[in-house]
Amino acid sequence: MFKGGFIQNLPKIYGLYTGGFIVFIGLMAIMESAGVSAASIGIMFVAFTVCIYALIGYLSRTIQVDAYYVAGRQVPTVFNGMATAADWMSGASFVAMAGGIYFGGYTYMAFLVGWTGGYVLVSTLLAPYLRKFGCYTVPDFIGTRYGGNLPRFAATLVLVLASFTYVTAQINATGTIASRALQIPFELGVWVGLISILLCSMLGGMRAVTWTQVAQYIVLIIAYLIPIFWMGSKLGNVFPHFMLGDEVQRLAELEAQFGLTKNAAADIKSAGVPGGLKYISNPHSAVPAGGMAVWKYLSLAICMMVGTASLPHILMRYFTTPSVKSARKSVAWSLFFIFLLYFSAPMLATLSKLQIMDPNLPTAIIGKSIAEVEMIPWVQNWAAVKQVFIADFNGDGILQLNEWFMRGDVVVLATPEVAGLPYVISGLVAAGGMAAAMSTADGLVLAISNCLSHDIYYKIIDPKADVRKRLIVARVLLVVIGALGAYIASMRLTSILGAVAWAFDFAMSGLFFPLVLGVWWKRANTAGAVAGILGGLAAGTAYLIYVGPKFMAQTPWLGIDHLRFGIVGSIVSLVLIVVVSLMTKEPNAATQKMVDDVRVPSGRAILGKQH
Amino acid sequence: MSNKDAHWQKTKNHMIVTLAIWFFFSIVIFMFGSAVNQASFLGYPLAYYMSAQGSLAAFVVLIFWFANKQEKIDDEHGYGGEREDD
Repeated sequence: MFKGGFIQNLPKIYGLYTGGFIVFIGLMAIMESAGVSAASIGIMFVAFTVCIYALIGYLSRTIQVDAYYVAGRQVPTVFNGMATAADWMSGASFVAMAGGIYFGGYTYMAFLVGWTGGYVLVSTLLAPYLRKFGCYTVPDFIGTRYGGNLPRFAATLVLVLASFTYVTAQINATGTIASRALQIPFELGVWVGLISILLCSMLGGMRAVTWTQVAQYIVLIIAYLIPIFWMGSKLGNVFPHFMLGDEVQRLAELEAQFGLTKNAAADIKSAGVPGGLKYISNPHSAVPAGGMAVWKYLSLAICMMVGTASLPHILMRYFTTPSVKSARKSVAWSLFFIFLLYFSAPMLATLSKLQIMDPNLPTAIIGKSIAEVEMIPWVQNWAAVKQVFIADFNGDGILQLNEWFMRGDVVVLATPEVAGLPYVISGLVAAGGMAAAMSTADGLVLAISNCLSHDIYYKIIDPKADVRKRLIVARVLLVVIGALGAYIASMRLTSILGAVAWAFDFAMSGLFFPLVLGVWWKRANTAGAVAGILGGLAAGTAYLIYVGPKFMAQTPWLGIDHLRFGIVGSIVSLVLIVVVSLMTKEPNAATQKMVDDVRVPSGRAILGKQH
Repeated sequence: MSNKDAHWQKTKNHMIVTLAIWFFFSIVIFMFGSAVNQASFLGYPLAYYMSAQGSLAAFVVLIFWFANKQEKIDDEHGYGGEREDD
């Protein structure tokens, strides 16, 4: 049934895989109705999918340098789009985004615009040119374009800082999901998560990560969409995305009816609300008034967009396509696959909010008596693990909107239960969350270890190393970095490691302008690049320490808070790279010729297949 | 002007047009968020809709359009080679 090579058969292979997964879901549903416990179904979902990824990882093993670093540059456009989408959508996107919209409303949705709009920058300014360059890693481009080890080293520094900020949160998420689904302690869950991640990446590098990410995308998108469509149809909306206008307006009415009250911090503290739990105090669809609110929205969107275009684990996915043309198309497909999840998240938030707020629905809890709400099984389950909390501030025994506290993640994880869907859906959601967190962690760990092994070990320390030695170093680094991330995650230090948004700000501070000007401005030279990368990174980091709530906690300047420090970093980076380049000698003729060649979409890559 | 320069000129213009459209959907609409929200689309307030779906969809369409048009520019100048030889 499979004629021709692996690449020709991809649609068939993944078609079969998708069919197999759907059969598996059906099988689980049958087992549930036959009386198999919810816990065993959860274990089977996570264990089965992780074993499949590990199998794909094993089958993709390789001893070729270009297969290990860039999947042999033969990943077809659409499949690279799916892999990028899985690489991109982290545990945070899958588990936390709908929760963010749930509590933040319109204001939070700046993240949606930012995390999609950035791909326009990737496709117009960077991806096709970096593909033409033929580099293995992002610092490989910086190092070759600007010449010398210093720019390469500086770019590596930014890459490691940005990616590592991001990866511990992902390993933490795999640990959380593994521990809940497999019913093991969190510390053990983190290491189970790490082993799963390494199984997917160690033997085959980028090639293995690519093919597991495609498989993970399929699982995560099915797991995200099924509950939404199911819940939508229960409420009488066959295609919720286009039919929730009335529901959004209804939420605005309900907000007016219940009132959006802000709780005093002292009240929250004295009531003993567990950390990280939130309550609804922002309007769902109304735009907050005032110029500052507009600036906060726009500045967050800008940071996320520019950060997207600078994150190495995303850019390196476009090194794997066969040509410049397919790199461009692949960006479009990536965004399409990301869009499928992102435009569903607000609908999930809307449906889920309505379920608990609308007194006409049987699932409503707001406005009911607290004694009654505390008897509901899902409330009891989640209250037991301190994920939801009720504080009767006004002492009237009725649950008000500002008295209901919940962790954002619960929106995705508990919605199937709240809406009364069968447990098989909760198991599916756990498998989806695991897929999302694992695929991003894979991409990040690989980005860091590839960069250290190629740019630091091979290009700077030992340029004479043979292929075998290079790949051994790459794999050892992969394990070491993964273990370091898991160790930090298992110490539960993530709360002081900062937000996922920081990764975007670090990347944008140090890499955006050096990358873009490397292609679009021939005059940019070595000294300018070094000043731009290090200066931007230093300025951004200094500003983060100045405003960061866990550091000096000073009043942000113009509303640029710790989520937006990349604005400061990238402006400093732009000014430095332009001024220093103009003050020093223009790049030599060979470099200028190289930039000219990068701009021509056809012909040979600048760096050869083996370098 | 050589073929190479003409191609680069067109590529640059195409990039600028694409980024102008991007700027409209990512920045301009939300600059006037409260005014835009007065209008409605499919029953959703418009600024909410754009932030939840509209701008996102616009970006998807925009990148496909960008890639297709850039391919035409490449073909016109003889740079449309399918596969790299590296």
